[in-house]
Amino acid sequence: MSVQAATRVANDASRVGGEVRLSVEQVSYAYSANPAQAPLFTLEATSFQARPGEILAILGPNASGKSTLLKLISGALEPLSGRVLLNGFLTHSLSPKTRAQRIAMVQQESPLLFPSRAWEFVLQGRHPYGRALRFESEEDVIIARNALAQVGADHLSDRWMDQISGGEKQRVILARALAQQPLLLLLDEPTLHLDIGAQVDLLDALRRLAAANRYTVVVVTHELNLAAEYADQVILLQRGKSLRIGPPANVYQRELLEQVFQTSLSVDLSSSGRPRVNVLPGT
Amino acid sequence: MRPLTFQNLFLRCLALATVLFVVVVIALKLGAVPVSLYGLGRDLVRALLGQSSGISSDYGMIVIDIRLPRILLGIVVGASLAVAGTSFQALLRNPLADPYVLGVSSGAALGAIVALIAEPHLAISPEFAALLTPFGAFLGAAASIAAVYFLGRREGQIDSSTLLLAGIISASFLSAVILFLMTTQIGRDMHGIAFWMMGDLSTPLQQKLRWVLGVGFLAAAGAIYTTASDLNMLLAGEKEAMHLGVDVPRVQLVVYIAASALTGLAVSVSGAIGYVGLLVPHVMRFIFGSDHRMLLPAAAFGGAIAIVIADTLARTVVAPAELPVGVMTAMAGAPLFIYLLRRRLA
Repeated sequence: MSVQAATRVANDASRVGGEVRLSVEQVSYAYSANPAQAPLFTLEATSFQARPGEILAILGPNASGKSTLLKLISGALEPLSGRVLLNGFLTHSLSPKTRAQRIAMVQQESPLLFPSRAWEFVLQGRHPYGRALRFESEEDVIIARNALAQVGADHLSDRWMDQISGGEKQRVILARALAQQPLLLLLDEPTLHLDIGAQVDLLDALRRLAAANRYTVVVVTHELNLAAEYADQVILLQRGKSLRIGPPANVYQRELLEQVFQTSLSVDLSSSGRPRVNVLPGT
Repeated sequence: MRPLTFQNLFLRCLALATVLFVVVVIALKLGAVPVSLYGLGRDLVRALLGQSSGISSDYGMIVIDIRLPRILLGIVVGASLAVAGTSFQALLRNPLADPYVLGVSSGAALGAIVALIAEPHLAISPEFAALLTPFGAFLGAAASIAAVYFLGRREGQIDSSTLLLAGIISASFLSAVILFLMTTQIGRDMHGIAFWMMGDLSTPLQQKLRWVLGVGFLAAAGAIYTTASDLNMLLAGEKEAMHLGVDVPRVQLVVYIAASALTGLAVSVSGAIGYVGLLVPHVMRFIFGSDHRMLLPAAAFGGAIAIVIADTLARTVVAPAELPVGVMTAMAGAPLFIYLLRRRLA
């Protein structure tokens, strides 16, 4: 293990800790075209917990239930059974406003109807704190400005959202989520469409922020190696079933991953001591 | 970072109100009968002070009793249509939405006509009979926007082109029904047909309806304004808005009902005037940006200004004859619609 990696592990230990913040208890869900028919898709009972500062990655092939699980955590969907608690409150039962003060969601890019500037976009994160006609206060402006600075995007403040690169846009979207000052930060494939440099930048920023602001972060991703590098816990899903939950080293096992992703691969250790997956094509 | 402040909002509205005032004064002056600016000012002051006996001249009568009520009607109708258009654009997430293009105005016109036909057969007191037309127009507007909304959905998502197509087809179907009813029930009446299909401000408003129109406009536009900040979030989509703390179903319901009411009110007193709800929000967005806290009042002023100008032109360009105001708005609005459509497809 390199010196750098050793410091990071020590940091990890000090970063994560304290009380349980997010508690997912035997949560299940079923989609069906109509109530009389058998469900088209079911998510079987899943349980895990996360503490402040912790990064969780939800992994799995397409249609394994990753986004459904994220929606259940966010409170957008009501579980069929079980419950999702954030600091002891059911996420689904919170009012939209309260929920948005505690949970921020970074979704796959949605197109804007009319152009807006980056600062306007970030200020939207203050919406759940507004009252009546919601003119933004000095405090809102300071918080939004800090949020942009925290993702290293202050220079983008006056740019139009449709005239910046994908990586820059993703930072601004993250800044809006930070402006919500959430306890729980949810991200749905945030690195999609980003080049590898921008992916690493974003995840570095995420890890720094989780440590500094004590966010609990849950991220849905297809990037096995990035998840292994950055996540404290990994949830591996297959066809609506959570196969294994735990630190990357426990989940990244060759037979398990080969069976889930239906491809030949090998697992070794990266220079940081985290598991690394190599796909072996044509074997 | 320069977020909108109340002071900023107030000053911009004041500027727009000034423009509206200037336009109104010019509109009062122009017409088949020329009026001097001095005489206009003197008569207006007298009318405001309640000294109507002082206004003896025929010119004064024309200005105070004919032109002024018509201009005030145009102001409320224009503001209603522009606010309704802005709301539909946000609600349906479609920059080309407008009560006329979506067939909502035709639905309102049909509702109003059905109410007119049904009125003699219903045993209601005369006080409420006057309310029947605007109420019928509101129901017609609400029903047609619901129909267009469901016809314009594909796989649970609103599809922009399907929505517009559904609106245009509904408008053409509703116009056919209107013409059918006008011919068989009311008697072929060119003026009536032009009124409902094109829009016209020349019919004087009944005394009772003035109150309904004024109070209805303030209530509905006020209700929409309480959701101004939520509408900003809704532009990014329902899911995004929900995660930013917007009570999406509540906002949608409020805006849907209030925008239908505004369309119904406007159409019941002036017929289906086209394109104001499309043109004005775009011009205002270009000047003031797309923040609905600023955009909604700006659209209200802009709609009023646009209609007063259009109606003044309609009164004067072929004087002593008159054009329906909708002819002017369609001549300006339809080319702009094509331009926006092309730019969107590009």
